[in-house]
Amino acid sequence: MNNVCVYCEIEEGKIQDVSYELLTKGRSLANQLNVKLEALIIGDSLAGMGKEVSKYGVDIVYLADDKRLYPFTTLPHTAIAVGLFKETQPQIVLMGATSIGRDLGPRISSSLTSGLTADCTDLQIGEYEDKKAGKKYENLLYQIRPAFGGNIVATIVNPDNRPQMATVREGVMKKEILTESHKAEVVNIDVNKYLNDADFAVKIIERQIEQSKVNLKGSSIIIAGGYGVGSKENFNLLYDLAHAIGAEVGASRAAVDAGFADKERQIGQTGITVRPKLYIACGISGQIQHIAGMQESAMVISINNDPNAPINKLADYVIQGNLENIIPKMIKYYRKNIIAPCPLRGGPRG
Amino acid sequence: MYKIIVLVKQVPDTRNVGKDAMKADGTVNRAALPAIFNPEDLNALELALEVKDKYPDTHITLLTMGPVRAAEILREGLYRGADAGVLLTDKAFAGSDTLATSYALSRAVRKIGEFDLIFAGRQAIDGDTAQVGPQVADKLGIPQITYAEDVISLKDKTVQIKRRLERGFEVVEGQLPLLITAHSTAPDCRPRNAKRLMKYKRATTLSERHNVSDDYLSANQKPYLSITEWCAKDVDSDLAQLGLGGSPTKVRQVENIVFQAKESKVLTTDDGDIEWLMQELITNHTIG
Ligand SMILES: Cc1cc2nc3c(=O)[nH]c(=O)nc-3n(C[C@H](O)[C@H](O)[C@H](O)COP(=O)(O)OP(=O)(O)OC[C@H]3O[C@@H](n4cnc5c(N)ncnc54)[C@H](O)[C@@H]3O)c2cc1C
Ligand SMILES: Nc1ncnc2c1ncn2[C@@H]1O[C@H](COP(=O)(O)O)[C@@H](O)[C@H]1O
Repeated sequence: MNNVCVYCEIEEGKIQDVSYELLTKGRSLANQLNVKLEALIIGDSLAGMGKEVSKYGVDIVYLADDKRLYPFTTLPHTAIAVGLFKETQPQIVLMGATSIGRDLGPRISSSLTSGLTADCTDLQIGEYEDKKAGKKYENLLYQIRPAFGGNIVATIVNPDNRPQMATVREGVMKKEILTESHKAEVVNIDVNKYLNDADFAVKIIERQIEQSKVNLKGSSIIIAGGYGVGSKENFNLLYDLAHAIGAEVGASRAAVDAGFADKERQIGQTGITVRPKLYIACGISGQIQHIAGMQESAMVISINNDPNAPINKLADYVIQGNLENIIPKMIKYYRKNIIAPCPLRGGPRG
Repeated sequence: MYKIIVLVKQVPDTRNVGKDAMKADGTVNRAALPAIFNPEDLNALELALEVKDKYPDTHITLLTMGPVRAAEILREGLYRGADAGVLLTDKAFAGSDTLATSYALSRAVRKIGEFDLIFAGRQAIDGDTAQVGPQVADKLGIPQITYAEDVISLKDKTVQIKRRLERGFEVVEGQLPLLITAHSTAPDCRPRNAKRLMKYKRATTLSERHNVSDDYLSANQKPYLSITEWCAKDVDSDLAQLGLGGSPTKVRQVENIVFQAKESKVLTTDDGDIEWLMQELITNHTIG
């Protein structure tokens, strides 16, 4: 009772990274609260999944195994999660801020009248005082996320309603096996207890999942372009530099919204979180939502014509000026000083 | 014919915010951020209008909850082809989180009456939460289809939708009534229609009519010029579920983040500076 539960997502028979990352975070939250860590896995042919997740420190695995439950559809997964949570009363429920988690999470939170905070960049345990009501709360989940407006981070709490729910994007938390030998109790859920025919009102007719063309997470050098790049054509400068030095190209949301780069290149709170060896920010001002996705880069170079751009504070090197002049020179002097060619990477279409 | 409700929200334009969007103290300069029609709500409206293209006696009602000023986007929607607008506005809604918002919207939907389809945007750019659509569907007890980029077919009570996923797509089929959220890859909304602009530019809500002195435009004479305005009581809602009090999530604190400034080395665009930097990066094996 009152444990921490992670909803684990499955794609093509594999539990997704974001779920492992949340289990790792969930383990540390459960330790602080001195409760158990649970995993809820809903899908088809789940044999062996219990063992897969227990390594991450899971104490109880709930398996809802039925051929109608994969691929994901909203209502059956909601019915099972809501039914189970009513019985097990978790105090915290975590899920990925993915197309599945963002479809399912709000539905569960509405059914259980519990709060849900999207796209958290950090989760902690702490106390809260409601001065107006004169009430003090201990051990609440701090759901921390950048807020719109300046470099502002908001801490959200759900004092009274349970479970406390949060979604987190892939890559934000670190994934870490606790011990290979950790054993979890596996509980098989009788799905028919929770499901009825009306839950299958929406049927999948066709489904195509593509491999991502962009590999930002796996790249040790990232050249990110912002609104200051100015146009889709100018982004070619970034691809050229990426080709030359063997890097991948990322973008800020303003650049994505303006159509300069594809959405899958977006870095930040609502994009991808990266931790490269070198991050070159070109024409990016450095708003908190962007910083949230790149602040753990080992080295940062900022190319900006505004000497006061906030991102400069994070930078090891600041090149002041117009990127149109600077990037071609970087390519030129890189070529001049290196002898061996680099593997080709980072073209606009992968 | 179909009865459609489109959920639309007025939001501060967080896209392409330039340097002037932030004040020196690090807070938002709201004046520099225009209030706009939430972009994906325009995609939602377009999907509804395409249904109307096919089935011309379809009726589209726009519903928004917000301040009096939000009537601007209802007019904008009327210019583009919607049939009616409803503004839900009340002090009691202030401070609502997504759950309290969806509750209020679901009450208003009930009051509007029968419907076949509700369209919403996937998410509003001020918070990017993407919660209100699914939560409204839950409160109404209907299925949802999220991230729609195309209504492939709609016949009788059956709809087929192409959904955009983060990697790939799905085609799904559902039975009406249901709620659909529109993805930004859905068709762009058609522009304003000049005739409709002339017709609806004086369409106002009750509060707006209170605010203008020359009241020569009587909504009674031209009922289409009246945008419906409801308060919490009008939609028969339980006050305990509204506003700050009805919101499970509370903001504990808001912190200004001051980044630990690094010792940064500042370079110019001079060839010498750039060559030095590239050599430095190669020498310390950061690149190359
Ligand atoms: C809920 C929410 C979620 C968000 N999520 C994200 C996210 O995941 N990722 C993200 O990036 N943003 C996100 N944002 C948006 C974020 O707040 C900023 O609006 C965005 O990061 C700004 O992008 P930018 O730095 O490219 O643009 P701007 O702020 O417009 O900065 C452009 C910069 O380019 C410089 N510049 C202009 N011309 C040149 C030139 N010729 N040469 C060199 N420099 C030049 C300018 O000095 C300026 O510093 C989110 C916002 C909200 C509200
Ligand atoms: N106040 C509101 N009034 C009407 N519709 C809303 C409101 N808030 C959110 N919505 C709808 O719900 C969608 C998702 O919003 P959000 O959960 O805030 O990201 C939006 O695109 C709108 O279609």
